[in-house]
Amino acid sequence: MAGTLQFDLVSPERRLASVVATEVQIPGADGDLTAMEGHAPTITTLRPGVLKVVSAEGSKSFVVTGGFAEISATSVSVLAERAVPLEELNAVLMDQLIADASEATAVAVDKDAADKAMADLVAMRAAAGF
Amino acid sequence: MPSLKDLKNKIASVKNTRKITKAMQMVSAAKLRRAQDAAEAARPYAERMNAVIGGLAASVGTSASAPRLIAGTGSDQVQLLVVMTSERGLCGGFNSTIVRLARAKAHELIAAGKTVKILTVGKKGREQLRRDFAAHMVGHVDMSEVKRVGYVNALSIARDVLARFEAGECDVVTIFYNRFQSVIAQIPTALQVIPAKFEAAAPNTLYDYEPSEEAILADLLPRGIATQIFTALLENGASEQGARMSAMDNATRNAGDMITKYTTIYNRSRQAAITKELIEIISGAEAL
Repeated sequence: MAGTLQFDLVSPERRLASVVATEVQIPGADGDLTAMEGHAPTITTLRPGVLKVVSAEGSKSFVVTGGFAEISATSVSVLAERAVPLEELNAVLMDQLIADASEATAVAVDKDAADKAMADLVAMRAAAGF
Repeated sequence: MPSLKDLKNKIASVKNTRKITKAMQMVSAAKLRRAQDAAEAARPYAERMNAVIGGLAASVGTSASAPRLIAGTGSDQVQLLVVMTSERGLCGGFNSTIVRLARAKAHELIAAGKTVKILTVGKKGREQLRRDFAAHMVGHVDMSEVKRVGYVNALSIARDVLARFEAGECDVVTIFYNRFQSVIAQIPTALQVIPAKFEAAAPNTLYDYEPSEEAILADLLPRGIATQIFTALLENGASEQGARMSAMDNATRNAGDMITKYTTIYNRSRQAAITKELIEIISGAEAL
């Protein structure tokens, strides 16, 4: 039996999830990573992508667009600017996310980062199958 | 001496006013609960955000490569005051207290030879500040279409402020809002958001940072500022409803007092009229 860790997903407006998980797959800015019990304390920023939480009850996925994750040996807190459960994602919402991102790209100072975020989003749309 | 009819009309009109203020009070009570829930729900995010940025700022903040959002521009010549008020009146001293604080600050800065720029959020503050500082107003954020304050609202304000900062239009940004303490007490607060000041939490854990500390800090700071603005907006929303609730409670009570007073006067003058008529009849009869 694998150890468990406390997983919290919070957005600026509310707490979206708070479960005991066995593993959490996080779309980190420098690449995906999976946090399990005993992970070295890490803080990483997120790129737009799919966050997957595996717990005893099954797994649950969220689409996140940015923010950061704080990982410690016993807990994972993800602070996402925008997070939507994968099953609630639809083409309209996806288009809206992309529209928001392209708006941000237009005014962004750091063009490279914004373009990358944009590319991540488009890749995510492909992965989600829209 | 007003006629009986006038008094009757007056009583009827005050009764109608009382109904309205009573209804507004109840609406505010419901909205206050919602606003408090929203503020409560936003707390975990804000706390975490502040803690992490605080920890990062403590380790990076003092170095020469610290982001400009923390280190500042090295000057405090141009001050941007973001004054957050409500869109609607009838909420007691809610808007006046914020405006008074902002006005005092603006006068103080102008006296010290600084350039003051004012960005207003909510039309009540703009109306009051326009009289004294028309030349200093640089922008206005209209919140009248916003039914529930969301993070997007805070984000757009934050983007506006950050764009001004990046463009070198201001050196220091301070936000003014009412901190919610209770229904009867709201504390007008000035909070400096740029250069950002985050409480440095005691670094109890040594974290790995991915990517580098600087990159994370640079990514998080704008979000942290948006979060601070969001928190301020929510506190302001709860304060507004609280202030309106107590103002309307007072108004309802005053209306009740007025009705009692006018009813007494009405009854007295009705009695006086009857007495007068009786005396007239009696003295008329006696004169015969």
